[in-house]
Amino acid sequence: MTATALAPALLVRKLRKSYKDVVAVDSLDLEVRPGECFGLLGPNGAGKTTTIEICEGLLQADSGEVEMLGLRWETDQGELRQRLGIQLQDTQLSEKLTVYETVRLFRSFYRSGPSPSRAIALVQLEEKQGSRVGNLSGGQKQRLAMACALVGDPDFLFLDEPTTGLDPQARRQLWELIDEFKAAGRTILLTTHYMDEAERLCDRIAIMDHGQIIALGTPRELIASIGVEHVLEFSTSNGSTDRLLSALENIDGVRDVRLISSTVQLQVTELHQTVPALLDELKRQGLVLTELRTHSASLEDVFVALTGRHLRDE
Amino acid sequence: MNDLSTISKPEVARSAGSPPGATAWMDRPLVQLTLVRFLEFIREPEALFWVFVFPILLAAGLGIAFRNRPPDVLKVAAVTPELASALKQEKLLDVVQLPAEQAQEQLRTGKVALVAQPGANGVVVYRFDNTNPEGRTARNLADNAVQRAAGRVDPAKTTDQFMQEAGSRYIDFLIPGLLGMNLMGSAIWSMGFTIVDARRRKLMKRLIATPMPRHIFLMSFALSRLLMLVIEIAVLVGFGAVVFGVPVRGSLWVLVLLCVVASFSFSALGLLLASRARTIEAASGLMNAVMMPMWIVSGVFFSAQRFPDALQPIIKGLPLTAAIDALRANMLQGAGFLQVEPQLGVLAFWLVVCFASALKLFRWR
Repeated sequence: MTATALAPALLVRKLRKSYKDVVAVDSLDLEVRPGECFGLLGPNGAGKTTTIEICEGLLQADSGEVEMLGLRWETDQGELRQRLGIQLQDTQLSEKLTVYETVRLFRSFYRSGPSPSRAIALVQLEEKQGSRVGNLSGGQKQRLAMACALVGDPDFLFLDEPTTGLDPQARRQLWELIDEFKAAGRTILLTTHYMDEAERLCDRIAIMDHGQIIALGTPRELIASIGVEHVLEFSTSNGSTDRLLSALENIDGVRDVRLISSTVQLQVTELHQTVPALLDELKRQGLVLTELRTHSASLEDVFVALTGRHLRDE
Repeated sequence: MNDLSTISKPEVARSAGSPPGATAWMDRPLVQLTLVRFLEFIREPEALFWVFVFPILLAAGLGIAFRNRPPDVLKVAAVTPELASALKQEKLLDVVQLPAEQAQEQLRTGKVALVAQPGANGVVVYRFDNTNPEGRTARNLADNAVQRAAGRVDPAKTTDQFMQEAGSRYIDFLIPGLLGMNLMGSAIWSMGFTIVDARRRKLMKRLIATPMPRHIFLMSFALSRLLMLVIEIAVLVGFGAVVFGVPVRGSLWVLVLLCVVASFSFSALGLLLASRARTIEAASGLMNAVMMPMWIVSGVFFSAQRFPDALQPIIKGLPLTAAIDALRANMLQGAGFLQVEPQLGVLAFWLVVCFASALKLFRWR
């Protein structure tokens, strides 16, 4: 499959949107290839939802261009609506209707697509077909929202924070579902502020902050781009002094030193050399270690390296 | 773009769906949206109560409280058996025979209106309070009965005809008023709540993210209103006719036309009131502020004519006044289309103005 050779499924150029004096999206460029799962990752307020809602034709951009499946909102609204599957952040579907009635309603808006029962089966809600929406759990409601997005057999699927607020088990179930959509070859644009979710699901990721894309690539490329393989975090009983921090910068294999609240975070290339040197330095300064952790570098670290903040700080 | 859609989704779905073009009528968006409205409504017991049960309870309660009573029967006491049997010939008297002292006691405490007792020389004595209308009526009735029993023959033959016509009682006045009030309430509440709730839940935003044509969404409200309307009219008018014999003298199609036009203009008003509100509280405050004055001045429970003449042009211009006036004229006086034209004009004016402004102001998100 030569997906890259085809026209992009979504092309965004110089997109700009501001609310009063806040610039939500700032001259953003984006390209999603057919058949890929593309992730927009960023903290709350980074402009992910604004971007996705402009692409969905629900918000008007101040300037810039959006082209999707070779179509534009200004001229091809009806056709685009038929071919997009959309799951919005926190839509509450009518609680008095059953799962089946809800999906049947959404199915009636599309000219083609699976039958309501089949769409419900796709999200594994068969047993709940006859239940009122009000009696579903959070994860089940989210899967129902997914069924409503799939019922028009879309060429392009938008998922806006699909797992926010769900418990770990429900999240994993939803991930499996999204894996199946990917396997079926659907193009997906997904936003999330969970880096593990983005890492797990997305072929490519754009990291957003303050309305701009600050990094773009596959999860592996992004992690490699910060040039570290490991992250080492520790704290000491007596707090961390400037003297300690400057000494740490001179240890072999340390790329970057940050103090995040009371924890010191080191980005490290050679863990086996750095750890003994760190322990020596702490002993020399008479500091007692209370916590020590290491992990392989993740997207979270990419975000920290780029912005100096944690994703979930906001 | 064809190659794109073929590579982007193999075999998934599509198969089990119905082929395009052959959509069953049940699967049309308008039918589905209307069905959903209807299901949501009947699954809301409170709404059912306020729309159907409450007006009937109100009509029944007020109908009973203000019913025309049967002619009063007056209680009188007779001291001798002869007098008692003479008085019993008069049907409007309820006669008890009591010893003289006890009869006096009952008269003093107002339990009987009159005491008839024998006096000296065969004279019959009536004791009663002559400042009390009941006492005077009882005296005339009792005297007639005594005279006839004694052999009086009336020289002229007379007969009575009673006049209690349906259409002039309070319940007859009330049923069209309640119908108008119900048309307004159910239209405004159902529009207001459904729309604001859908906006608050971001359900409306989700719906406009589908290919659903927006006018179909609004049409589904009109259609479900019409369905409910049939039930509402049948329930209230049927109840009035069966239980109280409230007449429907005008033609039925004018009545239906009036109800449809009234219901649509109230729906347009509801749409306008709900066009921007984001919370149920804001919307219900607005709806109450608009409906409450009309409940009072538009003549639901008493005639709107009681308000000063200076206010009449304003009152007559209100949609509820127009609806109730026309319904009363149709049901009670048998007014036809031409006689209710002014009221239809008022309703149509509200319909057009509210709908046009609602479309301008309406917020889908």
